[in-house]
Amino acid sequence: MERPIIQIESLKRDFALGTEVVRALRGISFTINKEEFVTIMGASGSGKSTLLNILGCLDQASEGVYKIDDIMVKNLSGNELANIRNKKIGFIFQAYNLLPRTTALENVELPLVYNSLFTAKQRRELALEALHRVGLSDRLHHTPSQLSGGQQQRVAIARSLVNDPVVILADEATGNLDSRTSYEIMDLFQDLNQKGKTIIFVTHEPDIAALSKRIVLLKDGRIIKDEPVQNFLLAKNILSTLPKED
Amino acid sequence: MRAFLTMLGVIIGVASVITMLAIGEGSKNSIKEQISSMGSNMINIRPGTDFRGGVRMDMSSSQSLTYKDFTRLKEKSTLISALSPLVNGGGQAINGSKNWPTSIYGVNTEYLKIRKLEIASGSMFTEANIQASAKVVVIGKTIVENLFSGGQEPIGKMIRFNNIPFRIIGVLAEKGQNTFGQDQDDVILAPYTTVQKRILATTHLQSIVASAKSEETATQAVEEVSKIIRESHKLGEADDDDFNVFSMDELITTFSSTSQMLTILLVAIASISLLIGGIGIMNIMYVSVKERTREIGLRMAVGGKGKDILLQFLTEAVMISITGGIIGVLLGMSATSAVANLLSWPTAITAYSIIISFSVCVITGIFFGWYPARKASSLDPITALRYE
Repeated sequence: MERPIIQIESLKRDFALGTEVVRALRGISFTINKEEFVTIMGASGSGKSTLLNILGCLDQASEGVYKIDDIMVKNLSGNELANIRNKKIGFIFQAYNLLPRTTALENVELPLVYNSLFTAKQRRELALEALHRVGLSDRLHHTPSQLSGGQQQRVAIARSLVNDPVVILADEATGNLDSRTSYEIMDLFQDLNQKGKTIIFVTHEPDIAALSKRIVLLKDGRIIKDEPVQNFLLAKNILSTLPKED
Repeated sequence: MRAFLTMLGVIIGVASVITMLAIGEGSKNSIKEQISSMGSNMINIRPGTDFRGGVRMDMSSSQSLTYKDFTRLKEKSTLISALSPLVNGGGQAINGSKNWPTSIYGVNTEYLKIRKLEIASGSMFTEANIQASAKVVVIGKTIVENLFSGGQEPIGKMIRFNNIPFRIIGVLAEKGQNTFGQDQDDVILAPYTTVQKRILATTHLQSIVASAKSEETATQAVEEVSKIIRESHKLGEADDDDFNVFSMDELITTFSSTSQMLTILLVAIASISLLIGGIGIMNIMYVSVKERTREIGLRMAVGGKGKDILLQFLTEAVMISITGGIIGVLLGMSATSAVANLLSWPTAITAYSIIISFSVCVITGIFFGWYPARKASSLDPITALRYE
């Protein structure tokens, strides 16, 4: 049951900025097991974006070990990294990053387009299923401009689910949403986590972080706190206390 | 809309290339057609400079071509399908009170075939007429019009040429003017023996006309003819030809090369607009890459590889240029038919002009799309995702 999905050990990332070396990560280690729901918190400049890029295989560490689903991510080529991103990771962004003038269905299909194992028919089926899971079965052919922010983020979540990744990386996924919609999205995340998805969530809102199961706090490139959430809340319950929309 | 404006350069480029080529090709064809209507594959053998005691004689006075040459050619040549001696003289044709200055051509029966002439009414003279140096003629339309008043039947009538009476036995079908503005109907044909004996009082031939078996073998036929006549004239290796052989081919080549040059010039101009179209594509692709930086970042994040992105943008560039190309071809075709109809210029759209301009289009798309696509594919996904 306690299968490690993400293992990092003394991870360091240095950036050369002219003659100066900026140390964004100064040696961090943690393990995230299957079905965990972890929030990474930290002020700007704490290194959480850098960490997320490395976890998302968009960037590689200068030093240290990073294993995702038992694959060692080290000195890989751009294409190899792209392959890992395509098969192991689901991305969710603050600004949704959906393709404009493209239907929800086609947006969700996108990761599978870059995987030659899937036929067009399979892509369509998986995308339909993913949209059903985020409750957007009635918005299949709407383009992003015809959807609300919350709905757009749901499409993005469906897109992150469609390739059945080992981990979902959400970067400030509720940052552009009002609090009610934020809780609705968090409810969806909790539900997905309940059903076995491993989620890593980056935010700087403590009340959103409180809805996850474990918080990792970064400061100046180091972990200063890594502990389970004491009083785990259900987003559903908070939603019921909020005033209903008219 | 923007894509259309981008395409416009390609559209205009392709359309103009096609129209220009069609006009160039059309004028080339019409020249070719007119020349070959005078007798396609026609070979003309004329006497050339003659040596008499070391003195080069004037060409017109030379008498180096004889009936013997004609018979030699007839016996030996393999690449010639029709052969006729030709002697001609100018003079006044008279019928009653009407008269007309014209030329009489002394030929044999094969002359009709060589010059692509047809008998409209009556008949051509026969071998027997030639043997007998009969005073019979076949006349062209212009002669009929000038010597006979409306509706009068010329066949069987007598006319006089230089005061020698001839009986008209046939009228030629109308042929009109040739490329050089010569009236091809202003002609009287008679047996060459008759013209030699009764009008010119000569035994020499002014020229021999022949028809090569096909256009392809015309050049070889010319060589063969030269060889046979050299033999017949007993010319040694070192001797100059005392005759000249002309083929229509040379005329066609001369005329074609002129219009060819015109075509090249027109195409060069059109190519410049195609080049500008290509630069337009490059420009728009750059803007597109810039505008869609985040999309590129996203595609990379969800697993798009550099080559996927490259291919995507390259495909878009090629799509723009191909669509532009198709519209350009259609526009070029309609512009061509407009030119043909409104200005009644001869035009001809050839398959190769369409193929060439279309492939140039695709190449333009690839060439000018490559650099922006390359740029898109080499973006760093992290910065691309954060791009505002």
